[in-house]
This record gives sequence, structure tokens and C-alpha cells, in this order.
Amino acid sequence: MKTAGVLVAIALALALQTSLARFVVGGTAALDLVLVVVVYVALTTGPVTGMLAGSVAGIIQDALSSGTVGIGGLAKAIVGFAAGVIGQQFIVTAAFPRFVMFVAATVVHSALFMGMYVVLGLKEFPSPWAAVLSQALANAAAGIIAFAIIESLPGAIERRKYRRSRR
Amino acid sequence: MAVLDIRRRTGYFFLAVVVGHVILISTQVTTKRGVPMLEEVVFSVFSEVQRAANGVTMGVRGTWQDYFALQQVRTENGQLKQQLGELQVRLQEERNMAQQYQALQKLLDLKASTPLMTTGAGVIAGGASPEFRTMTVDKGTHDGLRADMAVIAPAGVVGRVIQPSPRAAKVQLLIDRNAAAGALIERTRAQGVVVGTGADQLRMDYVSGSSEVKAGDTVVTSGIDGIYPKGFVIGQIQSVSRGAGQYSSIVIKPAVDFTSLEAVLIVLTPPPATTEATGTAGANQGRE
Repeated sequence: MKTAGVLVAIALALALQTSLARFVVGGTAALDLVLVVVVYVALTTGPVTGMLAGSVAGIIQDALSSGTVGIGGLAKAIVGFAAGVIGQQFIVTAAFPRFVMFVAATVVHSALFMGMYVVLGLKEFPSPWAAVLSQALANAAAGIIAFAIIESLPGAIERRKYRRSRR
Repeated sequence: MAVLDIRRRTGYFFLAVVVGHVILISTQVTTKRGVPMLEEVVFSVFSEVQRAANGVTMGVRGTWQDYFALQQVRTENGQLKQQLGELQVRLQEERNMAQQYQALQKLLDLKASTPLMTTGAGVIAGGASPEFRTMTVDKGTHDGLRADMAVIAPAGVVGRVIQPSPRAAKVQLLIDRNAAAGALIERTRAQGVVVGTGADQLRMDYVSGSSEVKAGDTVVTSGIDGIYPKGFVIGQIQSVSRGAGQYSSIVIKPAVDFTSLEAVLIVLTPPPATTEATGTAGANQGRE
């Protein structure tokens, strides 16, 4: 059940990511919803699930893009594993730690992703830090919002049921 | 089941996933030389395996050859040592023959250069008693040898024949304490008598104290004794001391190394005693 939920979340993130990209100049969104999903899964379920989610999501993302298949998957797998380990070792339930977690995950992911491309001589990334920083902030904001929405959903349903029963 | 639960082995699982991704990436990426990265990585890794295997193989082979396969080397070493010993003996023989050849060549040169009738003789024995410095040569009366014939070598005077037998002869060396020869100092023409001391040195007597004699002067035979032809080298003056009397005390180092004599020349032509006695033709006696 959990695996299916993760796969659905990844599919939704990819769908949303690709649909958002059309509205951005140059086709590149300053937001990586797939990475947000991976970090969320890692923080909520642990390093193994986070790593598998990152691997699968990254490979699919690579396959859908024109890049080398596996580089995004490896970067997201490492980030998912690290986020899962940190989520198990530390209490990351408040908004600020989660914000920091998303920012750090984005920076590490970008460093791994770009670093591998540069090391392999496949692509150059001149002055990437502004884009990375903006993406990190955007991902963090999206992650905080996602956590807030998902954590409020069970209570909202219960409250709605309670209100209907009072009528 | 806990062993099979992959969630309890997150580290290995993480490593496997990373390696899987690296392989996946390597299949798509080529190096700057145009070789697929997977192929290059596999080749690089496997070449190290090959290098290690080769190292182990060579090490085992070297150990075998250097330690366990030495039985044959030991046998070969023994044979080579034996061959070396034989060759050393042969080398010594060859060297000895070469030295003998050189000595005989010198003797032949001396024989050719002197007008005296001579015959060559080989030394077959040394002196029987240390008190008498003699030697035995392999020529005797059958070869024309007689007593009081001079015996010479390329370096100088050796002695005289004192006891010839039909096939051998005893030679009294000049260093024998009973030997004597008429001599003169080549530079100053001062005359005297050289006598043996029984040791490795000679003594020259009856040289006037007023004669100018110094160490290093060459002493040759004077020919007045009727035995030794004139002009053959006896030795060099080693030291001179002015005595209280009218004669100087002169020590001579013999020109001949008596310990290494192997062949000598016997002078068959005796110097004319009358001429020697007057001394008028003495200077040319040895060369006539």
C-alpha cells in the first residue's frame, strides 16, 4: 500500500512537473517536484524507501529528459537515502527543520547531478548557484506546503464527517 | 528471514543501488578516447585483477625457481666448480710453461749474444744442505762439462761447476761461503774479490779504501780468476763502509735470483788463464 502510494506520488509529481515546465521560459522549471516527493517519502518512511523512490523517480525523470539515464536517478537515490537517515536520527517535524532539509537536499542533489555531468564531460553548468538557490527555496516552500496539506488531511476529513453528523 | 530482510541491510543495499546506477550511466557515456566508459571501467578493473593474478603467478613461479628448483642448480654448480678447478690448474700449467718459455728465450738470447761456447742446462735440484749453497743441473761430463766451468744466467753470474758426473753436475752458487770470483766495479774499474756469505748477499773484498765506490755501482766479473769470463754482471753494491784499514767493506746484492733459477748456461770455453793473469786482454775476454 505504501509502495503504491509512493509510485502514485511520483507519477503525479512527474506529471505536474512536466505540465509546469511548459509555462516556463526555456522549458525549465525552477522547481523539482519529483525531488520534493523523494525527500518527503524519505523523511516519512526511511532511507531505503527514500533511496528506492529517488532511484525510480530519477531514472524516469532522466528517461523523460534528454540527459543520461541514471545520473538523476543516482543523485536522487543518494539524496533520498541521506534524507531518510537524517529523518531517522533527528526530529524533523517542525517547519524550519523541514525547510532546511529541503534546501540542503536540493543543494546536494544539484551538486551531485551537475558534478557528475561535469566530471563525465557531458555538460557544462556555468554559474549555477543562483538557479540552485532559487530551486532550493522553491522546493523548500513546496515541501513545507505539501507536509502541511498532507498532515492536515486526516483531521479535515474527520471534522467534515463530524459536522455532517451534527446536522 | 531477518537475514533476507533488505531493510536491515541498508548500507549494502545503498551500495548496490549506487553501483547499479554507475553501471547504468557507464553504458551510455563514452570517454574522451571514444571508448564506452563501462568497457573502460570493466577493462581497468579487470586489468588490475589480471595484474594481481600475474603477480601471484610470477611470485609462485619465482619462488619455485629460486628455492624449490635448485636441485638441478646445485648439481650444475658442482660441475661448474669442478670445471673451474680444472681450468685453474690448466691455467697455472700454461702460465708455468709461459714463464719457462720466457726464461729459455732469455737464455737463448744470452747464448746468441755471447761468443763463448756454452750449453744450456736445466736445474734439477737444489742444495742438499743449507750450509752449502749449491744446485744440480742436468748436464754432465757426457755433455762436455768439467769442473770449474762458469755457470751463468741471463741476469748474471750463477756460480761454477764443482762436481760433474756423467749426466749431471753440482754447481756451487756464488753466494756460497766458499765461493769467490774476481770482480771489478764497472764505473771505477776498481778491482777486488767477490766472496759468498752463505746468505743472500755477497761481499767484495780487497777494494782500496781510496777508490771512489758508492752504492748502486754495478760489479762485474774481472776474468782474472780463470773461471768466470770477464764482463758478466755479479750484482750491485748495496752498501759501502770505510773501515779502519786500507780496504772498504762492500756489500753486494746479487743480480741473479738464486731461488728462481730453472735453466742456466754452462760456459764450455774456459778463459785463457795466461791472458787473465796479465790482465791485458781481460776486458775483451768475455766477449771474444
